[in-house]
Amino acid sequence: MRHPSSIKDMARGDEPLAKIRPEDQIPLPPPFDTADADPAIRPLADKVAEKMVCLDDTVVVNIPTPTSKEEEERLVNGFLSGLRKLFTPENNWTFLQPLLMSMEHCARCQTCNESCHIFEESGRNELYRPTYRSEVLRRIYYKYVKNASTWIHGDIDLNWKTVARLIELAYRCNLCRRCAQSCPIGADNGLLAREIRKIASQEMGIFTKELHGDGSMLQLQVGSSTGMNARVLRDNLEFIDEDTSELTGIPTETPIDREGADILLLHNAGEIMAWPENIGSFSTIFNAAGLNWTLSSELAAYDGINYGVFYDDVQFARTAILHLQAAKKLGVKKIVLGECGHAHKALTVIADRVATGDLNIPRESCMTVLRDIVKSGKIKFDKSRNDFPVVLHDPCNLVRLMGIVMPQREILKEIVPEHRFREMTMHGVNNFCCGGGSGFAIMSGHNFSDWRHHLLGRRKFRQVLEAFQDEPMNQDHPKYVCAPCSNCKGQLRDIISYYDAWEKAGIYYGGLVELIVNAMADVKPGYIQWEWH
Amino acid sequence: MFVIAYGAAYFGLAIFVVAVIARVLMWSRLPMHVRWELYPVAHEGERARHGGSYMEESEWWTKPRHVSKVAEAKAMFSEIVFLAAVKEHNPKLWTRTFPFHFGLYLVITCTALMVVGGALTALAPDTVSGPLGEILGNAVMIFGYAGAVTVIIGALGLLQRRLSDPGLRDYTAPADLFNLAFFVVAFGCAIVTAALVDPDFAITRGFVANLVTGRLDTFGAAGLEAMLPPLTFVMLSLLLAYIPLTHMSHFVGKYFAYHAIRWNDTPNLRGGPEEKKIQAVLSQPITWAAPHIKGDGKKTWVDAATEEQKK
Repeated sequence: MRHPSSIKDMARGDEPLAKIRPEDQIPLPPPFDTADADPAIRPLADKVAEKMVCLDDTVVVNIPTPTSKEEEERLVNGFLSGLRKLFTPENNWTFLQPLLMSMEHCARCQTCNESCHIFEESGRNELYRPTYRSEVLRRIYYKYVKNASTWIHGDIDLNWKTVARLIELAYRCNLCRRCAQSCPIGADNGLLAREIRKIASQEMGIFTKELHGDGSMLQLQVGSSTGMNARVLRDNLEFIDEDTSELTGIPTETPIDREGADILLLHNAGEIMAWPENIGSFSTIFNAAGLNWTLSSELAAYDGINYGVFYDDVQFARTAILHLQAAKKLGVKKIVLGECGHAHKALTVIADRVATGDLNIPRESCMTVLRDIVKSGKIKFDKSRNDFPVVLHDPCNLVRLMGIVMPQREILKEIVPEHRFREMTMHGVNNFCCGGGSGFAIMSGHNFSDWRHHLLGRRKFRQVLEAFQDEPMNQDHPKYVCAPCSNCKGQLRDIISYYDAWEKAGIYYGGLVELIVNAMADVKPGYIQWEWH
Repeated sequence: MFVIAYGAAYFGLAIFVVAVIARVLMWSRLPMHVRWELYPVAHEGERARHGGSYMEESEWWTKPRHVSKVAEAKAMFSEIVFLAAVKEHNPKLWTRTFPFHFGLYLVITCTALMVVGGALTALAPDTVSGPLGEILGNAVMIFGYAGAVTVIIGALGLLQRRLSDPGLRDYTAPADLFNLAFFVVAFGCAIVTAALVDPDFAITRGFVANLVTGRLDTFGAAGLEAMLPPLTFVMLSLLLAYIPLTHMSHFVGKYFAYHAIRWNDTPNLRGGPEEKKIQAVLSQPITWAAPHIKGDGKKTWVDAATEEQKK
């Protein structure tokens, strides 16, 4: 294993600081405990390694290696300028208090270390220790912004390598905040990773193309990070309604732009493109329950994603305001968030400090709405239709960061036979991230998808395999990972595909609403198709 | 020497109080931040057992909100007294940091008892001339010895771990070692003093009582009796002044870390008090320089958040 020997290594040398080999990692449970089933991370292409700043086995941010002294200075000065602004109340009222808390009071006791799935699954590589990047940031701040003594705060050199590597390292964290949960003092390494991303984005204009150009900007300009405009949205919904009607045997119509509806349902548009059955399931359930609801075709308002939550406060606020304005225009009584964890947290919790006056429209999780429907008796369920092993994945944003833990479990109790349901070891607010958190589920440039599966998503895959170890591990015995979050589903889809886990172990994934519809007595049996996609 | 000790004690106490007040003011005057809570949130009461929030209720904004201060106090007690998070997530370190912190609590209790004793001696001398005085004196001794010894054991254990654990060594600044060494020296001095010249804490109790009443008498005519106690009082006073000036002031920050950040789930209801604060922070100018923001110091958060993004 290659790993940094010191925090000061961030400023030194030209080689990548870390390399993960298969023997560094804890083997996966059967049937993926062999070298064939668990391949090594593909190396980065030489031309990429030559042109880009390389921190470790992969590249996400794509910062070109500076070719002149001026470019080097621009990186350093831009970072310092952003760092200074980060500590001003005007520029960073949004996070100043949590930021200061984490900067000033971390005792560097490493109590948080074992909470980090990336550090643990890397074989405890120093580079991925959750405190490593925080300590680099802290030392830069105290030495170069506060001019404080290195005797008190520790020393580090600041050059373009330190800056470029630190920005890249900020994209080796899922921002799941599991480490913060274990901190006795309240320091938050996830927050610090996000603050570094903010300096890069808000001051230096450095971001990943997936989150910015192809993400939040596309959503603000076209309407959705998928690139789907309002006309395509309507076409897609028509197709989805047709397919859903055929599958369920119940005529399905997804209302759109219905003024005066009680509820604006905000889906992640990724569902429309990749998991249309999720959209169709919501429509089937809401219509069967007799809700007065609608989708919106307003700019950005048919896509609940808000990638700003991962890297940029201004982009976050822009997107949140468009969501709220669409709800205001329709005159709805509340916004209900579909199965998307970060959309939940973004609009319900974080935007709670952005919304005022007539934009301050109540927001609610679909989990509580669905729980009320399922328990209301308005729809008849036949649990035996879900007679297969089911394990629930807890999306971090929904659970650890919002405290919505029980509604989804209450629903599963009503629609899945009791002996078929199991929890993962470490679930609820103590869950592990799927590995796709903080935008990684949509990133796969160069060899990043390999890195994502080997480090970010490995703990979740391990949890899933462990949860099903009492079942025959083959395709003849399908098993369902219930992941009520688009981002998590994207990550699960990719990791299941990477390891051929459907073919080799019969592991399948999907949302919660699909399970609900599958158990509806009035729906044609066999709603879940068990077709790999 | 005792004159210096009295001066150092008042000085140490004054610095401590001023620094703690300054820290409290600093944390409490920071602007509103976005909600960044982390579950479980203790004041959710029963729901906190599974980490749940009021957002588990449908249309939660129409329902009364229950905030259990008792549950908060219980969680804080377990965290402050027993260092519950360290025990759960870092048991090896807990075996060192728990005695260190618990020893400090014992020393604080010992000091509080001496202050009470001093006050009673001045205000109602009869109350402490009998059995109560004896109980107080014995309690001071027990808490004092036990506290000083456990602080030293904890500090030495932490020093050993910081120097030997590769995961801690690189993250340890010289000041971290100095801080721990300071505790060892100051409390070591106290133990030596007690063992050699003040085994029943009579001098120490007298010193604290004099601090309370302002009667700045000296103790002991010459030799170790005249030298060691004032030296200890000076060391402990300097330590008292030093703590809130360092990151060890986390005992202040921790309150805000929990109540203002981790457990701050106060919803912003339409027309409620939060809205005014939000409008104030959103009207501040920004200077973020990235091309998609172009903050010029005049553009406010509202301007930036509502400007149209053209292709």
